[in-house]
This record gives sequence, structure tokens and C-alpha cells, in this order.
Amino acid sequence: MSDAITSADSPAGSGLAQAGMRFASSEVDTTHGPILYLEGISVSFDGFKALNDLSLTIEDGELRCIIGPNGAGKTTMMDVITGKTRPDAGTAFFGQAIDLTRLTEAEIAHAGIGRKFQKPTVFEQHSVFENLELAMKTDKRVRRTLRARLDDADLDRIGETLSLIHLRDQADRIAGLLSHGQKQWLEIGMLLMQEPRLLLLDEPVAGMTDEESMRTAELCMTLAGRHSVVVVEHDMDFIARIARKVTVLHEGSVLAEGPMDVVQNDPRVIEVYLGR
Amino acid sequence: MMRDVDPSTLASEAVQPPVSARAAAPAARIAAPSRFLFTRIGWTAFAATAALVLFVLPLANLYLPAGNPLHVSDYMITLLGKIMCYAIVALAMDLIWGYTGILSLGHGLFFALGGYAMGMYLMRSIGGEGVYHSDLPDFMVFLDWKAYPWYWSFTDHFWYAMLLVVLVPGVLAFVFGYFAFRSRIKGVYFSIITQALTYAFMLLFFRNDTGFGGNNGFTDFKRILGFTIATPQTRMALFALTGAVLLLSLAMARYLVTSKLGRVLTAIRDAESRVMFCGYSPLYYKLFIWTLSAVLCGIAGALYVPQVGIINPGEMSPANSIEIAIWTAVGGRGTLIGPIAGAFIVNGAKSWFTQAFPEYWLFFLGLLFILVTVFLPRGVVGKLLELSRLRKNVEKAP
Repeated sequence: MSDAITSADSPAGSGLAQAGMRFASSEVDTTHGPILYLEGISVSFDGFKALNDLSLTIEDGELRCIIGPNGAGKTTMMDVITGKTRPDAGTAFFGQAIDLTRLTEAEIAHAGIGRKFQKPTVFEQHSVFENLELAMKTDKRVRRTLRARLDDADLDRIGETLSLIHLRDQADRIAGLLSHGQKQWLEIGMLLMQEPRLLLLDEPVAGMTDEESMRTAELCMTLAGRHSVVVVEHDMDFIARIARKVTVLHEGSVLAEGPMDVVQNDPRVIEVYLGR
Repeated sequence: MMRDVDPSTLASEAVQPPVSARAAAPAARIAAPSRFLFTRIGWTAFAATAALVLFVLPLANLYLPAGNPLHVSDYMITLLGKIMCYAIVALAMDLIWGYTGILSLGHGLFFALGGYAMGMYLMRSIGGEGVYHSDLPDFMVFLDWKAYPWYWSFTDHFWYAMLLVVLVPGVLAFVFGYFAFRSRIKGVYFSIITQALTYAFMLLFFRNDTGFGGNNGFTDFKRILGFTIATPQTRMALFALTGAVLLLSLAMARYLVTSKLGRVLTAIRDAESRVMFCGYSPLYYKLFIWTLSAVLCGIAGALYVPQVGIINPGEMSPANSIEIAIWTAVGGRGTLIGPIAGAFIVNGAKSWFTQAFPEYWLFFLGLLFILVTVFLPRGVVGKLLELSRLRKNVEKAP
């Protein structure tokens, strides 16, 4: 498994020079600090404050778990990071130089942030292979896409990712026919094909069997270090299995942050989850 | 109906995993799926159609005497030529609706604009042979205009007019599309705006002052490129040209949808947000296919006008654009060949009905649309493809 992941990083540089993307993920400057830096982010929808002065930093290579009750602002936070929602106030930086609040979704994806949705979102009418092909990091402008061909290195990348997400024997299958858990993996595989620096996983084990969930935990652990990973989950067993540092969101801002056992025993956290 | 099909497909795939699965040794390189422009049967049909349109029908029309059972009448040639123009439009519709999921109800506008651009050239070629023996078209004399308005400049040059055929629908589609797609207008809202657009243009072209002949439009064409337009040879040349353009458009469309770009388009149709988060800008993909689709319609309109001999604002009526969507739906969205078949089925039926039972045509059209929606949601060709896939699965199972 680890072999496959190593190569996920290697052929990145080749396509980029001619790609002319505005930001290449290798350019993300993290020499003097975190990979993701949110400060004072506020978002409100019709008066309801989904995020309220939220500040959060993710270190390069970190695996961070984010928990919080429904409506705590977890998904909105991901929307802000990926450009889907513009914050009313606050700053969001990727590395030191990339201001996320000024980029479109596609530009942010190019810059090196990959996102898995809460509900698995894959291209249901395409085969598993084609899903990975479409996600693969390359020049994604119209004219280049029209004439795009897969070379051997591309095929190897796709093959490795297929093995990593346990879908190698399903490559020709239409993605819509996969089980729920397999779709979740395929979506993670698509993110990996983008070679992101930062992975945002929104409820990656929702609807998975215990065994699938175990394998996903393994996958997350191996990804950390090579990528920075942010996991939003409700499944406490899963969090406990992978967590190093946990952030608890409540009513749009950070309530507590720290190692799992410390956070779990924090009286404020207990109150939010159990109380009132 | 679909529900009956799916379990069997699933079962057969469970018994027989795909080829790659059986071959999969972990280290072996995965094979890229083979993709080709047409299958062998497809190429044969393509060549046969080309031979039919370019040789057999012209010969049977021009050189077989009228009494011969194999003679093809002028009426038939005009009808087929007209329907082939519609088929190009249906193909263009399939690219934007069937593959990209954007339902345009304004494609009749682009068709008409291409037709008007060609019509301007044809009007200029009438020369002094109009009713008033003026250098100006009759309708301008009638309005007491002394000279051509500026936008008629150079339209007496054939190639400039051909440039307009491509540019006018193309630029309009590009500008309209840019603002619509940038504002992320989707679904039924987009469809309604395109209806409004074609309706607005129809009202504009109905005005005499617009300078395009008002509600009468252009007609009474005499010649094209120096050839008299009504001779059988000229008609046949236009017919064969239309057939060639249709086949080339089909090949080009097929090339597009089998490319990676084609897969991005269908991905936009199925999960646009995922496409964005993969790093593609849907705006430019939509704009590309939308503009291309409009240009195809314009070319079809330009081929249509000299064959039917008239263009008027009626072509821009909202109902015309809706009919285009019906051809596409009847034939089968997302199959390319389906919408072409749909254009032939619906318009063939229309020409028969409007002769046999003229007052019932619209009822029949409505009924057809309902029947197709209920019983053949993927259209005629979609159903045939489904059946042949099913048969293959049955044969594969022992």
C-alpha cells in the first residue's frame, strides 16, 4: 500500500511546467508556518451565524479531526476553504501566499486542496477508471482536454490509485453501480489523483461497514504526512482510531482543541454533546 | 421498465467480472479502455449513407426518367434535404442537451440567424430582377429606402455572407452564454431565458424597420453563386452538400464525445460541483460546446434557406425551438445518432400528417411526446441500444 502512495507525489512536477495553472501545489509556501490558516472567519445566512469568528490553523502534514454537533459549522468551514462560500469577514490562507477568499473553486482545486463531500459525489455514468482519469492532475483547460491522451505514467498512476482504494478489479464498472462505501473510496481516490497538499474529508466513513471503516482509517493514517488531512466525522470510534489532534466546533467557532483524551474530558465539550 | 433490466445486468456482471479484473496482477499496467470513432458497423453505415446521399439519390433523381419505379421525385429530394438540415440542428441540440445537460429552447434562433445571413446574400444576388427592378430588395423599395443599411454591407460577397453564417450565431451564443453560465444560471431557468431570447429576436425581425423584410422575410431567390437556384442540378448540389455537412458534423460530434472533453461534458451534466472541485472550470466547457452547437445550427439554417426558398421570423417562434427538443427526445438524448433519427421520424410524420390529416398534426405531436416520455424515456435509439446491450448480456451468460 505504501508503495502506491509514494508514487502519488512523484510525477507531479512533469505536467505542471506546461500546464500554465495559476498555482501549482508544489508552489504552496509552507516554509514559515502552517498549510492552512483561517482567522476571524464569519459567515451568516439570513442572519444565522454559521461561522462566528472562527480561527484555525493546520500544520503541514498534519492529520486533524474536526468534530462538533449538527449545525456547528463544519461543512460551512469546508465551503469557505474550497471557495464555495465567501466569508463575510476574516482571512483564509493556503500556505503563506494564496488567499483562498479570492479564488474560484477550480483555482483552489488547482492550488492543491481536494475535497470529499458529505454525500459521496462521483461521476455515476462514468466507469471507475474514467472517474480517476478525469480527476487526474493535468492541464484542465478546454483545448488541452480535447486532445488529452493517457501515457504509461498516467496509466500507472491510475492503476496504483485503484489498488490503493481496493477498486482495481472494478475499474471498468460504472461508478453508479458501486456500493456506498466503494463510492466513498472512489471519491477519495479521485482526490488523490489531484495530488493535493491538503485533503478535506467530510464524513468519510458515513454508511460504511465496520470493516470498510477500519480500512478507511488505515488509509487516512497513511495519507497523513504526505498530505495534510482534515477529517470531519461524527463516528467517535473512527475518530478515536485515527485522531492525533482534535478540534471541537460549536456554534461556528472553536470550543476546544487538543489530543483526543483531553478533549473528551473537557467539561464544555461534554456539555455541548450531552448537556442541556 | 428500467427496473426490470438492472438486476439482470448486475447479476451477469457479478458472475462475469470485467476483463481487466481477471487479468489483474497487481504489478501489471492497467489497460486504457479502447475508444474509437465508430465501430465497424458504424463505419459501414456511415459509408453507406454517404454513398446514398452523394451518389445514389442524386443519380436516381437526375438520370432516371419519372416513370421509373426507382426514380426519386423532386419533392422527395427537397423534403429529405430539409430534414437533413433539421437533423444537423438536432445533433447540435444533443451536444448541449444530451451530453452537457443544458436544455436550450432557443436553438431555432441560431438556425434562423444562419438562414438570414445566407438569405441576405441570396437577396443581393437577385440583382435588378425584382418586381420594382431596383438594385434594392423589393421590401426596401416598398419602405422607400434609398440605400442598403450599413449591416447589409459586403453581403453581396458569398464568402463574407458565409462568414456571417458562422459568426452571427457564434458571437451571439458566446456573449449570451458567457453571462448566463458565469452567473451559474441552470436548468429550467436557462431554458426559459433562451425561449425569451428567441421570442425577443422574433419580435425584432417582425418589424419592417429592422431591415430584414418584416414578417415576409426573404423569398423569391433567383440564383446562388451564379447558378439558377431552381434547376434540378443546383438543388441536387445543395442536397448533397447538406448530406455531407450532416455526416461531417456527426463525425466531429462523435470525436468530441469520445474525447476526454466529452467525458468532462457528461461529468458536468451529472455532477457539476465535483467537476469544479476536480479543477475544471465548467464555464469554459459549457461556453465551448454551447457556441459550437449554435454555429452548427447557423450552418444548418444557411443550407436550409436556399433549399426551401424562404426565411421569415416564424423560424424564430418559441414553438420551433421546442420542436427541436422534441426531435432530440424522441430519437434519444446522448446518442448522437438518435436525434438525427428523431428529426427524420418526427418530420417525416409531420409531412405525411399535414397532407393526410392537417388538423390533427399538433395533437399527434403532443401524443408522440407523451408516449416517448412515458414509454421510451431514452428515446427510440436509446431503447434499441438498451435492448442490444441486454441481448449481449444474455448471450454472455452460459
